[in-house]
This record gives sequence, C-alpha cells and structure tokens, in this order.
Amino acid sequence: MKRAVFFAPLIGFVALVAILYAGFHLNDPSRLPSALVGQRFPGFQLPELTSGKVLGHQTLLGEIRLVNVWATWCPTCLHEHTTLMNIRRATGLSIVGINYRDDGEKARRWLSLYGDPYDFTIVDASGDLGVDLGVYGAPETFIVDADGIIRFRHVGDVNDRNWNREFLPILDSLTDG
Amino acid sequence: MTTSTSDILTVKYESFDATLGTLWGAGPEIGHLAAIIGLVAAIVLSVLGHVGAATRRRSWVENSGSFAVLQLVTLVVAFALLVHAFLKDDYSVVYVATNSNTLLPWYYKVSAVWGAHEGSFLLWTLIMAGWTFAVAIIGRRLPYQIYGRVLGTLGLLNTGFLLFLLQTSNPFLRLVPNVPTVGADLNPLLQDFGLIVHPPLLYTGYVGFSVAFAFGVAGLISGRLDATWARWTRPWTNVAWAFLTVGITLGSWWAYYELGWGGWWFWDPVENASFMPWLAGTALIHSLAVTEKRSAFRGWTVLLTILTFSLCLLGAFIVRSGVLTSVHAFAVDPERGVFLLVLLGVTVGGSLALYAIRVPAIRGRIAYMGLSRELFLLINNALFVVAVAVVLVGTLYPLAYEAVTGGDKISVGPPYFNRLFVPLMGLLAVFLALVPVARWKRTPIQLFRQVGLLLLASTLVGGVFFVIAITSDRVLNTGSIVGVVIAVTLAIWLLLSHGVDFIQRKGARPLGYLGMLLAHVGFAVGAVGVAVTSVFSHETEVRMSPGDTVELNARQYHFASVTTVNGPNYIAQRAKFDVGGISLYPEKRNYLARNSVMTEAGIEAGFFQDLYVALGEPLPDGSWGVRIQEKVLVRWVWCGGLLICFGGLLAVMDSRYRRLALRRDGLATAGKVA
Amino acid sequence: MRPIRRQRLAVVLFLLFGSALTIGVVLFALQENIDLFYEPQKIVGGEAPIAKRIRAGGMVEKGSLDFKPEGLGVSFVLSDLRGSRFEVRYEGLLPGLFREGQGVLVVGQLDASRVFYAKEVLAKHDENYMPPELVDMGAES
Repeated sequence: MKRAVFFAPLIGFVALVAILYAGFHLNDPSRLPSALVGQRFPGFQLPELTSGKVLGHQTLLGEIRLVNVWATWCPTCLHEHTTLMNIRRATGLSIVGINYRDDGEKARRWLSLYGDPYDFTIVDASGDLGVDLGVYGAPETFIVDADGIIRFRHVGDVNDRNWNREFLPILDSLTDG
Repeated sequence: MTTSTSDILTVKYESFDATLGTLWGAGPEIGHLAAIIGLVAAIVLSVLGHVGAATRRRSWVENSGSFAVLQLVTLVVAFALLVHAFLKDDYSVVYVATNSNTLLPWYYKVSAVWGAHEGSFLLWTLIMAGWTFAVAIIGRRLPYQIYGRVLGTLGLLNTGFLLFLLQTSNPFLRLVPNVPTVGADLNPLLQDFGLIVHPPLLYTGYVGFSVAFAFGVAGLISGRLDATWARWTRPWTNVAWAFLTVGITLGSWWAYYELGWGGWWFWDPVENASFMPWLAGTALIHSLAVTEKRSAFRGWTVLLTILTFSLCLLGAFIVRSGVLTSVHAFAVDPERGVFLLVLLGVTVGGSLALYAIRVPAIRGRIAYMGLSRELFLLINNALFVVAVAVVLVGTLYPLAYEAVTGGDKISVGPPYFNRLFVPLMGLLAVFLALVPVARWKRTPIQLFRQVGLLLLASTLVGGVFFVIAITSDRVLNTGSIVGVVIAVTLAIWLLLSHGVDFIQRKGARPLGYLGMLLAHVGFAVGAVGVAVTSVFSHETEVRMSPGDTVELNARQYHFASVTTVNGPNYIAQRAKFDVGGISLYPEKRNYLARNSVMTEAGIEAGFFQDLYVALGEPLPDGSWGVRIQEKVLVRWVWCGGLLICFGGLLAVMDSRYRRLALRRDGLATAGKVA
Repeated sequence: MRPIRRQRLAVVLFLLFGSALTIGVVLFALQENIDLFYEPQKIVGGEAPIAKRIRAGGMVEKGSLDFKPEGLGVSFVLSDLRGSRFEVRYEGLLPGLFREGQGVLVVGQLDASRVFYAKEVLAKHDENYMPPELVDMGAES
C-alpha cells in the first residue's frame, strides 16, 4: 500500500498522455470530415491559367483525376510540387490544378520554374470555387472520378507516405470497379 | 556598415567554397549520412554505457566516451552542411527552398536553419550531442557505473531524437529534378536578431535538463541518491537552468518588440511550454541543495529531475505537434505528433516506472524538521510545483474540455494565469526574504527579529510609495495600486534581508552564496518590473495623419512624416515620430516573397521607461492607426531574468565543484545501497 | 521516533489540505476565465450567449471591411463561407496580418442585435496556420 504512492506520478502521466492523444486526434486537420465526398464536383466557369480559355465543369469528366488546390504564396505547395511531378511522371495520372487566390503572373512563373505537372490549371482568383469545395487552406487534393464525383479529399501536402497509404487504395478501387 | 561587413563575408565565403569544389555539391547527402552515423554512435553509446555498467565491464564504459565524441562530430558536420546549403542558396534542398530566399541577408540565412521544424530539431540533437560530449569529458572522474548509466541514458535519448529527425523531419531532402531558383523565404516574423539567438539558448536549456534526468536515472538504477550524487548533478542542472532562464527572457523581449503589441508575456501555449520546465527546474535546483547539504528529499529530488525533463519533452510536443493553437507553433503534422507522443510516453513512462519501483528502497529517512532552511526550501518546492500545476492545467484544459465535450472549443484567458500566479509569487517572495536568516536543521528564533525589523522598514517605504501613487493623478485603480505596493514592499524587504546578510556574514562568501544572492535579487527586480509596468504604463490608440501631435502622460508625440524605405527583401513604410528631443521610427514592412505585412515598433528604451510607437494599418484617407505606449520599468522584467541567469552561472563556478572534479572519488564502487 | 511520526502526519495533512485548496482555487479560476468559442452558424442561430465574453471566428468577407471616417472604429463581416455571417465592430488597431478573405479570431461580446463587439482581433501569423477553432468550419456544408 505504501509503495503504491510512488506509482502516483506514473498514473498521472498516463492520464496526461491520454488527454494529449485525444486532443491530438481532435485537431488533426487531415482528418477533416468531408461532406463533399460522394458528391458531384461543384460547377464553375473559370479561365485556364496559360491559355485563358474559360473552362466549365464538364472538362473534368471522362477520366479519374487528381484535383490539386495550390498557390504561390503557400510554402507547403512548393514542398508538395516535387511529389506531384513524380506522381505525374510515374503514373501518368491526370492532375488538374486549381490556382487558388493567387496572382496569375506569379503562378505562370512558378510553373515554368518548377515544372508543370498539371493537364490544365483552373484560375480561382476570387476563391469562389474554393468556397464551394470547402477549402480549408492550400494545399488540398481531391480525387475526382470519371463521372465527376468527388471520391476523396486530403488537406495538407501530398507526400510519399500518404500517397501510398491513402491515395493509392482509393485509386486502385476506382480503376478495379 | 552592416551591409559592407556582410558583403565581405559573402565574398570570403564564395572563395572558400570554390576551393573545395565538387565535394560540397553532395553536401546534403553527406549531411544526411553524418546524421545517420550520429544515430549509430548514439545507439552504441547507450549500449556500451548501460550494458557496461550493468555487467561491470569497466572498459566498455570507459570507451563509450569516444562515441560521445563521434556523435558530436558527425552532428556538427551535418549541421554545418545544412548551414552551408542555406548560405549557398541550395534550393534543391526542400527545407532550404521553403525557408530561405536569395534576398535574405547572410545572417538570416544562417538563422533560418533553425527557423522551422526540421532544422531546429537538428539543432536540438546537435545540442544534445554537445551536452553528452561535455558530460563525457568533464564527468570522467565519476564512478564508472554512474558514468556509464548517465552517458547511456543520454545516448538513448538522442537515439530517440535522431530517429525522430530522420524518420519524420529530415532537413536534407532534395527537391530534384525541378530545382527552384528562388526560395519561399523565411517567415518575416522570424527575421530578427531575437530569433538568431533565442532558439539555441532555449534548446540548450531544454536539452540540458536531460543531463539532470540522466543523473536521476543513473542514481535510481545504481541506488545512489546521496549527497555526492546531488553534488554531481547540481552544476549541470544550474547551467541548463541558467540557459533556459536567459532563453525565456530573450523570448519575452523578442515578443515585446517584434509582435508589435508591446506585451511581453501572453500565457501562450508555446510560452507556457518553456515556462513549465523552468518552474520545475527552479524547484529542482533548490531541492538539490537540500539533498546535497542534508542528504534529505532524495526521492523528491529525483522525481523532480524526471518531471523537469518531462516538461521539456512536453514542451517540444506542444510546439511541434500542432496540438494547441499558438502564434509561435510550427506547422501541423500529425505524423510527427504521434512519434513525439510515443517518444514522450516511452521516456517519461519508463523513468516514472523505474522511479516507482526503485525509490522506496533508496530514499532517505525523513529528518525531523523544525523552523529550518529545509522547511523553507520545501515550501519553495511546493509553491513551484503548484505553479507548474497551474500553468499545466491552464494550458491543457482546452484540450481536455474538447475531448470530454466532444468538440466544444474553449480557451483559457490570461486572467486565469494572472489571478493564480500573482498570489503564488507573492507568497514565494515572503519566504525568499526569510531565506538568509534560515539555518539548516533549526533556526534560532531571535534571528527572525532582525528580518522582522527590515519588514517594518520596507513597509514604511511601501506606505510612502502608496501615498505618492494614490495622490498622483495618473492612476485610476486603487486595487491594482495596492498590488503594486505589496510587490514593491516585498521586493524591498527581500533586498534588505539579503543585503544585510551579505554584510553581516562572517567568513568567506563563496560563489555559490553570491549566485544565490544575485538570483534572488533578480527575482525582486523582475517582480518590481512586472508589477509596475502592468499598472503604471500608459497606452493609447489613435488615428493620426503626418503633422498631428498626440499627448500621452505629458509627453508630446509628433507624427512628422512617412517615407518608403527599401530593405533587402522588403519594402517598408517608415514613420518618424518626434518625442521631446528624440525620434522614433516605427515601420510597416511588406515582405515581398511571402507578401506578408509586419509591424516593426519604434522604441526608445530607457532604464525607467520605454517609449513605444507602433503603426497600425493605413486608413483610406491617408491617416494611420497608431499605438503609443509608455512602458514604465519594463526593462526591469528582463534585467531580473538576466540577473537570475547570472546568479545560476555564478553558483556553478563555486570552488567546491571544482575540487570535486579534481579529486578521485574514493567511493567509486561503494554506494550500492539497495 | 515520536516527533517524526507526528511530523509525518503533519506532512500528510499539509499535502491533503494544500492540494485540495489548490484544486479548488484552480477550478474556480478556470470557471471564471474560460472563453467559449462559437462558429458563425451558432452566433446567427442564437446559440451564443449575449453580453458574455466569448470567442468567435470566421473568414473576413471580401469588401466588408469598413473604416469609420473618424477615430479607429472599424467594422467587418465574418462568415463561415456557408451562408452564416455576422457583423463585428472593433475599436483599435487591427493586427498586421489582418486581411479580407482570411480567417480571424475575435474575442468580445455579442449585443442583442447579434452584432459582435470585439475587444481583440487575432489574425493568423503564417500562411499555413489557421486557428484550429476555424478548421472544422470549411468542411461542413
């Protein structure tokens, strides 16, 4: 009984870790529940970054695509850029960019500097499409199937780990089915 | 002036680089490799130390020191190569590309190395290796079993840190083949002198407590927690604590002038993360004193070594996992958080389990305690531990609340902390003032008479101060004046009692004693600064156009002009304010690479008050929002912090520790108590 | 031996009393000084209390920022980008990183007409950083 007193700090610490663990899961933005998954990609009429051609929602149809929200003001996007280039090169998967609340000139320079992994880039200068998508911040990435239905949403950068763990299984299930 | 020196340095640097040619091209890879070798060294170190001590293989332990050296060398190489990548603008390295910019002055390129998570953690492991190295060299004369356990524990810790670094936060990752030509720039908030020096000092403090922790673990395993053990542990703890003190002080100063609000402490989770280990560490250095002098409080002292370091790790977790909101926190990464939590769990859980199992057999008997110095130090400890609990609860309560209610969010405001902290510190001051008269074992009651007289004297001074304060028209709230008067009275009492003791003391005044005096004086100075600046400062926010004049506390602030200034990587609107004979130049800077706006306050620093002008946003009609403050005695807050730090360092230089280092310890293998 | 035993009792009592006192005071202080956070939806929907210090957050709506011609008064609209929006009035300097279209936190009180009178406005300090209180908002439609 007397010795049990000395276990008190340990027990207190375990409780502390439990709180931290719980809090940690609550604030994990990559776990954002998305009401958009399973829904149609929102409609839009927005210009393309380099050609200036106005694109509509139907341009996304016909192919499984990654839709990546990015901006030049976002350092993490730069970090993510290499991964996207690698994905593009290794898989040939179609990637569509949404240039979110950005300066068109800077965005074009960015793509010519770092390479362009995107089939085309939709310019969302006002952020309206971002609002419809419920964008929390750049970068974010969506998987949109051939029928234009959002299948997956990821907040934060795409990296090797979450690509293998989260994106690939969903992409596999989409191509199998 | 500064530009010319930086140019010279850059030129020298380029030529230095050219002579080494191709080797440097693979710098990041070599750096990565060096970090891996460092990890291997840490693993070998922990095995040699612990296994050697457990199986009584003296040669294993004696050779482990060379792996501490190897660990330090490899991590210095790794760190130097990362610095080099920054100076060379090697944007093929992701970490460099995301945190540096060609336009950045060279010194910010260097400090940008620890401006974000990955690099700062590399610095953390480097400092860890530095402490390990120091223990390996200076502690050579320790009994080999203690030496082995301490080094082994330090090795284990850095094994965990380096695994974390390499697994989740590798700063050497390349961004090939698409190398950017400009970097994303360092967060403008961090482009500042304060950031150059603040993290290294803070980390030196944080990580330094790992040495106390390692001694605690070694003491628990070997069953040796006596006065000698305390004497080994004390200098290390003091140094770590001094660094943490100065780190926190600098952080507070940085927040004061860089965040543009004129506040110097916000009870922000990240600040709390560094404050909690400081509070626990303060308790620890006092408890160690009792263990050294009276061989008492053993179990408690060793628990504090664990607690203090645990709070350091908790701080790292809070800052780096994104679990709590803060303006200072690093970007969120769940994976890192999980790793850190596991690291925290293993380290702290393991050591607390060890404590629970071992301590019943080791701790000393409770000595009878009258009105003695032991009692006062026990009270000191109780107050500091309560303070830790207060801060911990306030910091983590929002998390617990959210977890329990399933998502309702709250925040705990600064009033919570202030309301609890102020009385705690007041109580502490009372006991601090009594410290010089208190004797070990038992204090003759007549000794308290003199200190009582001193209290009377200081109350008199406080009373006069109160009358002056209450009759001057500058103050509004009687309640807060009473608070200041109490603080000032206690501070004067403390100074008097320490001063009288210094004069009356018979015989030598060793450095340990002087360090104690200095640190306590620092506490008094800081407390006066905190109390006075919180109540007697003046502040106004006004809308002004160039040409306008505003009066604050009988001073005329004339807004003379606004000009545009080009900095190296920003464009600034610089205002000129004339106050009396001096001019202040607050700025509004726009950092180009990130398109973010920073406020740079114009400050006229003084011993008695700071004049502080900060620009808000430009308003549509060409006028500006301006915040003008007169911060009375605000410098005293940081002066106090620095005095405390110097006190801690002075105590380390006490000759008795040096004698200890020189003398071969005769008790080398005795000491197995349990 | 007896004084030691008596002292041990004193220590235990002191510990019990001290920790009970601490816990009590801490809980009391917590109760007094916590600010609940409300999303725009709850503010508009009437769930948030009136004339009580609370925190709220949202995106500053584009074009809603309005400076009064005199003094430092300013008003703007915070929305959750999902249709719930409310007006914030503030007297003082806005933080350096305050911008339209970005997330901010406000601390202050609601009045009866559901206008938020802010005592403090906090903007994020980093492009990648957003107050976790705001994180959930964008996601739910």
